[in-house]
Amino acid sequence: MSTHLQQPDDQWDLWEVFLQESQNEPHSHAGSIRAADAENALQNARDLFARRGNVKSLWVVRSRDITATTPDDTVPFFEPTPDKVYRHPQFYSYTLPDELWKKP
Amino acid sequence: MTPLSEYLLSLADDRLILGHRLSEWCGHAPILEEDIALSNIALDCIGQATFLYEIAAEAEGNVRTPDRMVYFREAIEYRNLLLVEQPNGDFARTIVRQFLYDAFGISLYDRLQTSSYAPLAAVAQKAHKELRYHFRHSSQWMLRLGDGTDESIQRTQHALNELWQYTDEMFIGGFPAEEVIGSGAAIDPRTLRTGWRNSVDTILSRTALTLPEKDIRMQSGGRNGRHTEHLGHLLTEMQSVARSYPEITW
Repeated sequence: MSTHLQQPDDQWDLWEVFLQESQNEPHSHAGSIRAADAENALQNARDLFARRGNVKSLWVVRSRDITATTPDDTVPFFEPTPDKVYRHPQFYSYTLPDELWKKP
Repeated sequence: MTPLSEYLLSLADDRLILGHRLSEWCGHAPILEEDIALSNIALDCIGQATFLYEIAAEAEGNVRTPDRMVYFREAIEYRNLLLVEQPNGDFARTIVRQFLYDAFGISLYDRLQTSSYAPLAAVAQKAHKELRYHFRHSSQWMLRLGDGTDESIQRTQHALNELWQYTDEMFIGGFPAEEVIGSGAAIDPRTLRTGWRNSVDTILSRTALTLPEKDIRMQSGGRNGRHTEHLGHLLTEMQSVARSYPEITW
């Protein structure tokens, strides 16, 4: 089993699939598939995610072409600074004087 | 059987046998995504066959059901093209067989959308949509394999050389009967040859593949029930459950 896991990845490239369900909605991530090239990726995505209808448009992009944050980025990128609560929109809504919420 | 029902039966047999061949890839394709693609196309083919058998049975006067047609006919009673019954071989061979048929099917079903026989025109409208996708799938694979590695080119060329002898049969006269063509129900297969050849040439010109020698001996006989040895084996497997348990329902 371990030798199997050590084998190099001989599968086709991994592609991420985004689909749009109606004209005015954004494309959203549907999943990922393997494919030999872009046209093949569209066809495979169509078979897996779009065959039952309700799809207006499909995007595919090689997973490796997506720039993403790494787990190490978590703290500097995403964690709020605890001593600067005013950076959060909630800070203001919580502290607004009650009378501001009342009708004039 | 009438000349019209025999024509409908031949169309149904083409789709069923090709669909059954593709279904043999289920669980065996070179990669999971292609397994799904081939199975989807197989389902399209068998779905089209189901509609075609239904209208063939109707045109016969409902003397037998579609299931009787599929599971209780012998090879000699099948009317499909020799091309579609050829074994899958390797992936390249399956793709070449599919490509050669799809390039024919896409223009056949395009024309059948305006068949004077309304039930057939209705089936053709649905089938043509699916065939456009099948042709896109198989022709893209022809480009990928025919312009790929040395091995893929060699395997695809070999398949093309082997299967070419079954292509002429798609375009010869004698079937269907003149009256079915004359009534506007059927398409004269002879009128499809030039368009098919152009589609094939267009794709092949973008690959390293070449057409086989001109003096190759062309095979035919499927429309009269004279099949290659392969159809009998296919039917034996496909019909085994229905023949072991006749009249069973599930």
